[in-house]
Amino acid sequence: MKRVALYAAAAGFMVFAGFPFYWMLLTAFKQNRDLYVGAFDTRHVPWVFNDPPTLEHVRLLFGQTEFPRWVLNTLVVVVAVVAITVAVAVPAGYSLARLTGRWGERLGMGIFFTYLIPPTLLFIPFSRVVALLGLQNSLGALILVYPTITIPFCTWLVMGFVRSVPWDIEEQAMIDGYSRLAVILKVAPRLIVPGILTVVVFSFTLVMQEFVYALTFLSSVDRMTVSLGVPIALVRGDVYHWGALMAAALVISIPLAIIYNLFIDRFIQGFTMGAVKG
Amino acid sequence: MIPRRTLADREDVLGVAMLAPALVYVILLVGVPFVLAILLSFSNATAGSLSFGWAGGRNYAAILGDPIFLRSLRNTAIVTIGSQVLVVVLATAAAQVFRAAFHGKRLARLVLLLPWAVPVSLAAIAWTWIFDSTFSVLNWTLKATHLMHGWLYWLGDPGLALVAIIIVQAWRIFPFATVIVLAGLASIPQDVVEAAIVDGAGFWRRLFKVELPLLLPVVAVAVLFGVVYTATDLGVVYILTGGGPANTTQVLPSLAFQRGVLGADLGQGAAIAVFLLPFLIVVAVAMLRLARRAEVGTR
Amino acid sequence: MTAERRGDPIGVGVELRNLSRRFGDFQAVDGVDLSIREGELLVLLGPSGCGKTTLLRMIAGLERPTSGEIFIGGERVDADVPPRARGIAMVFQSYALYPHRTVAQNIAFPLEASGMPRSQIADKVRWAAEMFGIARYLERYPRQLSGGERQRVALCRALVRDPKVFLLDEPLANLDAKLRNTARDELKRFQRRIQRTTVYVTHDQVEAMGLGDRIAVMDHGKVRQIGTPQEVYEDPVDTFVATFVGQPPMNLLEVRDPALPPGTLLGFRPEHFLPRDHFASGEATQVFCFAVRRVEYLGSDRYVYGSVAEQGIGEATVIAKLPAIVATPIPEGEALEFAVPRKALRYFDAATGARRRGEGGP
Repeated sequence: MKRVALYAAAAGFMVFAGFPFYWMLLTAFKQNRDLYVGAFDTRHVPWVFNDPPTLEHVRLLFGQTEFPRWVLNTLVVVVAVVAITVAVAVPAGYSLARLTGRWGERLGMGIFFTYLIPPTLLFIPFSRVVALLGLQNSLGALILVYPTITIPFCTWLVMGFVRSVPWDIEEQAMIDGYSRLAVILKVAPRLIVPGILTVVVFSFTLVMQEFVYALTFLSSVDRMTVSLGVPIALVRGDVYHWGALMAAALVISIPLAIIYNLFIDRFIQGFTMGAVKG
Repeated sequence: MIPRRTLADREDVLGVAMLAPALVYVILLVGVPFVLAILLSFSNATAGSLSFGWAGGRNYAAILGDPIFLRSLRNTAIVTIGSQVLVVVLATAAAQVFRAAFHGKRLARLVLLLPWAVPVSLAAIAWTWIFDSTFSVLNWTLKATHLMHGWLYWLGDPGLALVAIIIVQAWRIFPFATVIVLAGLASIPQDVVEAAIVDGAGFWRRLFKVELPLLLPVVAVAVLFGVVYTATDLGVVYILTGGGPANTTQVLPSLAFQRGVLGADLGQGAAIAVFLLPFLIVVAVAMLRLARRAEVGTR
Repeated sequence: MTAERRGDPIGVGVELRNLSRRFGDFQAVDGVDLSIREGELLVLLGPSGCGKTTLLRMIAGLERPTSGEIFIGGERVDADVPPRARGIAMVFQSYALYPHRTVAQNIAFPLEASGMPRSQIADKVRWAAEMFGIARYLERYPRQLSGGERQRVALCRALVRDPKVFLLDEPLANLDAKLRNTARDELKRFQRRIQRTTVYVTHDQVEAMGLGDRIAVMDHGKVRQIGTPQEVYEDPVDTFVATFVGQPPMNLLEVRDPALPPGTLLGFRPEHFLPRDHFASGEATQVFCFAVRRVEYLGSDRYVYGSVAEQGIGEATVIAKLPAIVATPIPEGEALEFAVPRKALRYFDAATGARRRGEGGP
């Protein structure tokens, strides 16, 4: 009896969490005449394919919209921002964990707290800064600004991670004759690879999900990123192409979800900053 | 000759050098704009020109007399509190379910994480479709199961639209909170739970008197992040309702965007956004308190 | 204190019949038969992984036996009987105090669970706390207490349930070495006073010897020997018990004496291995030529490490434990004549480790 209740509850949560995605799936592949049926018509069941599925929305998405261009733009930004984040946050996190002692801990906390300063406060001054630098409507603006979101949290992540790696191996290397710098350059990287990987994945997902700055800085459709273009620019006049819209949402969501699932434990460690042990 | 300490050995120099880029970046691109935002709120700057004229408290006076602003302040509070209450209930319940072992748990966890993983804007547009006044699959389901007799114009009715926003926020945040609570449950020392069993506590007494109290710091962290993510979120409101109908579902971020970016009145936009700070300061202080408790130790 | 329990039986025995627990392929407890008398303190002694903790947890009801039966107070305890219905109380190695509750609330917890009225709880908590001398800590939190204080709180919490059987899982392991002696003394006196059956798990044989009325030595899920400390020490039933109990461990030598059957091990304890001239001329001893390698001066004793090679006995490292009273100078690197009283010799089968009785010793 308890077992049944358990499965029922699990199913309930899964349905609540997942039905929009199922609906996305249906919408993406349903023919228009199966899709655009008023919902007050209870004889027509929207939850299944009443007509055979079609690829026309997907074809529209990839062939007649700017979606491929947006994917490309997003990739460019992602690669650049991930690179910047790794280059800046990893050494910083290492430094805070190993090289700076007490004041480093305080500073680390301070850097983490900047993560709490939201884009929806900073976008006002940024819109001016970006204009001043002549970066309006360019991907460069995003590349400049996104690290403000990724660096604080990733530094914190790396700091926590490096702290958890026992530092005997590095000490051994110093005894064996390496200078501190050599240890950092030669020995440490291999030890913190999982931490670096987490930073890559986390910045990747952060960039993919960002909306506010993209909305603020990008105005022309061909410059948009996926997260901005899909909800804003997949319209013809007043008409939303729901099929294509949902197809786009699906194409982006599934890989992200898979990646998230693989790294969720690390993320949680970063978020709970020791309130949860281990 | 014993080699002398070189620069490559100086930990303090290396430490600062490795930290510097991040520090500089954060100071220049977070600290400075932050200060700038507050300064702008006292100015009459517009996006068009580069002028910066001192306007004193005029922006604040203007918005505090503006019913739309006051409503957006109220809405921000309603949405944040409403969605987080839902999140706490959902997440603690879901954590109890997901801590047990059952078939297909991995798949279940993947599905559970979907709302959190998907970009906010894409989730928002999907929900817009779900709430669509003509084609809402939600309405269809409610009607087909005879749970509803009229028709719900989700995004067209001010009250309903706010409910819709709360639902979407709760939906996208509760998976994150669930995973955090699960981690917290796993960190409760096993022997303390066993001691409670041996001491004679049944399931409910254990849950309420031992497990939940020990979970409090973890749940607090989840709630604090949830508050930040919800109160400062622009995507859901902008895409779902655009702040409408007729500015009735505006929240602080969306109003700041409308006035400051679309309307090019940087001063007013900044002033509106500044009202997010109380939320954030409360969160930051609460987090610091939690961190201090964690340091002092619970053992 | 005894007056509080008018009419109750003093203590209740525990009986285990053919008790087993397996985890997949691993046999943690293997067919254990054990009979614990009313009011006695029985120690389960053994190395890590020998199954002693699993055994304890099965008695507590925290683990289900794979087979076998448990009787508490003469009544059969089914695997389905939850811990709270078994009349047991348990003290965990970490004490498992509720970190978010004060000492008073910790002690009160089992009473609340049993539905005792508020007013009675407060009195009982006070009574228990005073018995352990922790009444002044009642409003403190566990994290503010020292290890020894926490242990007392844990014992208090266990006592307050008025259990029939106390189960203790290495409760002294987390204390400083210096504290352990006094803690051990306190524990023993406490148990003597309340006279409840107590099962105590430890890997520390000194602790076991000091505390136990009887000791059950365990290895690989089986009970090797059960007996009083004296029996287990002086009359070990196999080489495992002989070498596990006693510090330093019993010396074991392979013997090739034509008078003895092949494959025999000769054992004697280090404290019986003394310079020959220490013994009276009439005493029956076995003499060895002891090549001394190294002497450790430890204050109250000297440990002498060396080897013995003679009479068909192969070369083997042997340890001698000389009390300070025996002041004979022992130079390193020399060969001296040492002896063991005949009645202290023990013989074991080399293949099985089992004790061979009859030759030479008891």
